[in-house]
Amino acid sequence: MNGSVSPARLGRWAPPAALAVIWLVMSLSNPRFLSAVNLTNLMLQIVAVGAVAVAVVLVLLIGEIDLSVGAVSGFGAAVTAVLSVKQDWPAVLAILAGLATGALVGLAHAAMVTRVGVPSFVVTLAGLLTWQGALLLVLGDTGTVNIDDPQLVAIAGTFLAPAAGWALAAAVTAGSVVAIVGSLRRERDRPARRVWPWVVAGAGAPVAVVVFNADRGVPLAVVVFLLLLAGGDLMVRRTKLGRHAMATGSNASGARRAGIAVDRIRLAVFMLASVLAVTGGILAASRLLAVNQSSGSTDLMLTAVAAAAIGGTSLFGGRGTVWSALLGALVVGSLANGLDLMGASSPIRLIATGLVLAVAVGLDTLAHRAEVTPFREHSRPGR
Amino acid sequence: MSVATHESGASAATTGPILELIGIGKHFGAVQALAGADFHVHAGEVVALVGDNGAGKSTLVKIMSGVYQADSGSMRVDGREVHVHSPSAAQSLGIATVFQDLALCDNLDVVANLFLGSELGTKAWMDEVVMEKESWRLLRELGAKIPTVRIPVASLSGGQRQTVAIARSLVGNPKVVMLDEPTAALGVAQTAEVLNLVERLREQRLGVVLISHNMADVQAVADRIVVLRLGRNEAEFRAVDVTTEQLVAAITGASDNVVAERNARREASGGPE
Repeated sequence: MNGSVSPARLGRWAPPAALAVIWLVMSLSNPRFLSAVNLTNLMLQIVAVGAVAVAVVLVLLIGEIDLSVGAVSGFGAAVTAVLSVKQDWPAVLAILAGLATGALVGLAHAAMVTRVGVPSFVVTLAGLLTWQGALLLVLGDTGTVNIDDPQLVAIAGTFLAPAAGWALAAAVTAGSVVAIVGSLRRERDRPARRVWPWVVAGAGAPVAVVVFNADRGVPLAVVVFLLLLAGGDLMVRRTKLGRHAMATGSNASGARRAGIAVDRIRLAVFMLASVLAVTGGILAASRLLAVNQSSGSTDLMLTAVAAAAIGGTSLFGGRGTVWSALLGALVVGSLANGLDLMGASSPIRLIATGLVLAVAVGLDTLAHRAEVTPFREHSRPGR
Repeated sequence: MSVATHESGASAATTGPILELIGIGKHFGAVQALAGADFHVHAGEVVALVGDNGAGKSTLVKIMSGVYQADSGSMRVDGREVHVHSPSAAQSLGIATVFQDLALCDNLDVVANLFLGSELGTKAWMDEVVMEKESWRLLRELGAKIPTVRIPVASLSGGQRQTVAIARSLVGNPKVVMLDEPTAALGVAQTAEVLNLVERLREQRLGVVLISHNMADVQAVADRIVVLRLGRNEAEFRAVDVTTEQLVAAITGASDNVVAERNARREASGGPE
């Protein structure tokens, strides 16, 4: 299993490789694909799906699934929009109310999963229907609420000034250098594993800012998305909550016997996921300038789950990173964006996304099989 | 019905047992898994717990490790009566368990597995640097051969995984370590390595409880051997005194069984001695 093409290794490098191939093909077929305007649009297109994909990644890491993320994102955004437009709540309070709605929804899901013991697949399928209905109820007879609050509109409509963008890039690069030096100086086991993501971040930030500044500047929504990713990644890799979540997804009964309160971890992750889904919904609403009946459609959920899986997060639990939400959203978004530029019809887009998803999940399954050992036993208390 | 168990084992300490269970009963529905079992272990002593399938070994271990709660009987740590209602409660009392399935998280690396549930750092954050250093110290103490502590345990060999599981049990500075069938899935060389580890644990003055089906392993490292049968104490031996035949007879029940009969026949026909 030490061969250079072990499935696990292949699984790790496949998403960036797929992205590179897609970008190459798209740019060859239409040079406008790599223009600053289009790349900025691409990033704005994937922000909402990406945020929802972060939610999906977290739930997948604990070995569960959340099919309701799309509906919840629409429902939470509708709550925010209605409170802002019809009740004249200030933007910040309306947003907080939307996020709190998400937290309660996550709490309800987790209670069904941990207390009653219903599989999360079914719980969140029921949630998908319920919250879709709740979305329609909240929207009322008109079926659409147009957002006019300047602050809500500004989330997706703001572009940072070139200087601010550069300051941001400088901060990221400087932070990366500090992290790399620190990591190497403490001479830990296999430091390269920890260093290369920082190299990518430190080198990527200035390049990204050059591209964004060639158009309208760094979009605020993209900054929000990147903060969500960084925060989620920090939680998963550096906090005890994140470690315990990974352990729960990897071996729940083992985690329980190691003294981890598995049900409390599940509760925290389901709540966090629903809050993240609402965040994605608000980002989408701000870009659309409205919440309507098609907000938080099943399409959003399917795309987000596909993005998480394509990005390399395992459907079997306990394996993956938050950044796979970005990678997966980029792959799915680039396919859609590029095929649009080529004038390809939406059936082609669906087929292409489906094929990429099938390959990604196939690799995941191979990697999972390679990891299964004779020791594995999913025992439950009771015998 | 309790067999006199207070005759201390070979190298047992002069003080009382660090872990003691008296009259433990446990049933699952209609099945009586344990019916008044007694057990104790001293510091620096290796006690083997043997018995046939369904004798109640695993149930007794799970009660000691807080996975199950006993229906009756009492449990003492250092002479103090305790109630162990969860695995973490057992850990904080100084009772560590290496489960038969090892309970490792295959996708997580060695460091993560060693400190699972007792990560070092602040209340919310982990200190990976300290944990990594501690991992190396623990593994060195056990003389373990692990190439790197930053690979998923899925890619380790069976013996290495067992070593990680045993090292993990030492993280909270326990008083008693329980090993459930540690050699069941291992080859000859790896079994020898694990038995070396057991002796290291004894040298560190820990109480070691060894559950095993393998009589050769049990006789090789144990000081005292406790035989369970049908949820009760059947017999107890000093490892130096006992023969495999005696052990098997005790495990399978009285002398009126197939194995004992065969032995008796052979002795009768096979001349004096």
